[in-house]
Amino acid sequence: MTMTGYTESLTPAAAARRNFGKGRVARIGCVLAVVALACLVPFIGTSYQTLQMTFVLIYAIALLGLNILVGYNGQLSLGHGAFFGLGAYIAAIMMHHFGLPYWSTIPVVAVLCLIGGFLFGLPALRLEGHYLALATFSLALAMPQILKYPAFAQWTGGFMGLVISPVPVPAGVPLSSDQWLYFFCLALTLVMFLIGWNLMRGRTGQAIIAIRDQPTAAVSMGINLAYYKSMTFGVSAMYAGVAGALSALTAQFVSPDSFDFFLSISLLVGIVVGGIATVSGAIFGAVFIQFIPNIAEHISKSASWAVYGVALIGFMYLMPQGVVGLIRRLRGVISGAKRSAA
Amino acid sequence: MDALLFQITSGITTGFIYASLALALVMIFQSTNHINFAQGEMAMFSTYIAFTLVQAGVPFWIAFPTTLLGAFVMGFVIERFVLRPFADAPVLTIVIVFIGLLVIFNSIAGWIFGYEMQPFPSPFPHSWGTRLVSAHQLGIAVVTLSVLAAVYLFFRFTSLGLAMRAAAQNPVSSRLVGIRVGLLLAVGWGLAAAIGAVAGIMAAPIVFLEPNMMAGIMIYAFAAALLGGINNPAGAVPGGIIVGVLENLAGAYVVGTELKLTTALVMILLVLLIRPAGLFGRTLRTRV
Repeated sequence: MTMTGYTESLTPAAAARRNFGKGRVARIGCVLAVVALACLVPFIGTSYQTLQMTFVLIYAIALLGLNILVGYNGQLSLGHGAFFGLGAYIAAIMMHHFGLPYWSTIPVVAVLCLIGGFLFGLPALRLEGHYLALATFSLALAMPQILKYPAFAQWTGGFMGLVISPVPVPAGVPLSSDQWLYFFCLALTLVMFLIGWNLMRGRTGQAIIAIRDQPTAAVSMGINLAYYKSMTFGVSAMYAGVAGALSALTAQFVSPDSFDFFLSISLLVGIVVGGIATVSGAIFGAVFIQFIPNIAEHISKSASWAVYGVALIGFMYLMPQGVVGLIRRLRGVISGAKRSAA
Repeated sequence: MDALLFQITSGITTGFIYASLALALVMIFQSTNHINFAQGEMAMFSTYIAFTLVQAGVPFWIAFPTTLLGAFVMGFVIERFVLRPFADAPVLTIVIVFIGLLVIFNSIAGWIFGYEMQPFPSPFPHSWGTRLVSAHQLGIAVVTLSVLAAVYLFFRFTSLGLAMRAAAQNPVSSRLVGIRVGLLLAVGWGLAAAIGAVAGIMAAPIVFLEPNMMAGIMIYAFAAALLGGINNPAGAVPGGIIVGVLENLAGAYVVGTELKLTTALVMILLVLLIRPAGLFGRTLRTRV
């Protein structure tokens, strides 16, 4: 890029500001277009396709939460499937045992998973890199066992799991149950993304990123490391829990083996494919983990695992920034070409 | 009393299996500072190779060393071709690559050999068994202890072993005195894979052969490696035995067998929180 790229008498800073304004308008337009498209899905697609897209939204919430922890804060969790399962079970128990309405489960799950994640994050403070990966890895492996444990079976349903009644459509709304649930998840996804985006662009986000890049410098700047790290773990578990609760509502069923190690790995694959430390990457990652195993399973039972493994290594090798990184690079190439043409 | 003794002896023998796998983990950790999450799946894959050889009519005591050789080559090749490009990558990237390897080995094994549980016959004669210890348990003790002794002798008394220790301790100076650090790193991976394969083959008659057989063993091997001190190979053996005995006692008298993995999780968390260096490890300080 040469200096002639900045034509007229604009200083670089002013040009950057103007480009930023332009970029922001384009970005907001892009988001609105995606939301508008997302609103059309249940009217165009079949009810099965609507269900699949509901799961894409659910995974997107969980992936955003995991990415806040892994991508922005640099704490590696291989066990977020456990928090996903925790959220699902809290929602299921509230509805199955106490007959509470489906919408009331979400705030309760959010608060409980925030606390649960915060508490797990406190000891995790002492663990870095590999050790944290190890602790969360064993959490993921142990979770189905804990859910099956006979002493809790009275609440968790043991091996059998719990069945939940379908989500009722409010009176006067001309939608099917699937469609209504889709919009419920879409609304929550938007709220969670807004919270996540807002969190990451402000002071808190800067502190979270500073801890990842320069922990010592961050502390000497007055950032409370212990608080921010545990809180990030809590927020991240909250996202996973809310996603889990929505998945329980959608599947109308929870069972111990749906929250196994494979789920945690899927979430990891999702953020790697979408792009580590990106907000929008969660959507690409969610599409990947929802549809690729389905397609791969036509080939062989083990093919979806194989695809996941190859994706993990291949993405790290070829595009460590995932799909979003690729898009950014392409955009850079295009705008570079435009500039040199002008 | 007999029941208690029985639990302890069988804990010690499974402890030897954990110790072998933990030693493999510690070896790789020592030279690279990485915990190989795929170690268990590599061992599982080697065990399938041994199983296939035995099925094809090869006598066990020929199939066993052949498999170890195969595992060595596998570990060597993985280090050279999969991990070498990520030599300077951050921890996050390395762990993701390890998880990728874990997933790939698991799926390839399922693809080639199927997901059915296969009985793996114990290679040890029944006459070895006593009232307290079964033939296979005694065999595990003999085989793993000889392997561990061989590893010790190799590192202590051969020049290749000395070079490998030097390369792990101070790669830059070792390179300056003419040690081929990169090559030795791959050799270390090969050795670790072979030691892991021993653990897999010894475990197979107990847990049955299937692609997910190592998940439970792996998590206990992690606990053993941490308890013994992740940077001390000699600690892996007592670590493995303690973990094996604790697992059996907790399973028999405290929580029941339903929570075996959770017991391991609790052990790992306790070690990491109370004494992250393990019982026999060095405490490392980082300079900032």
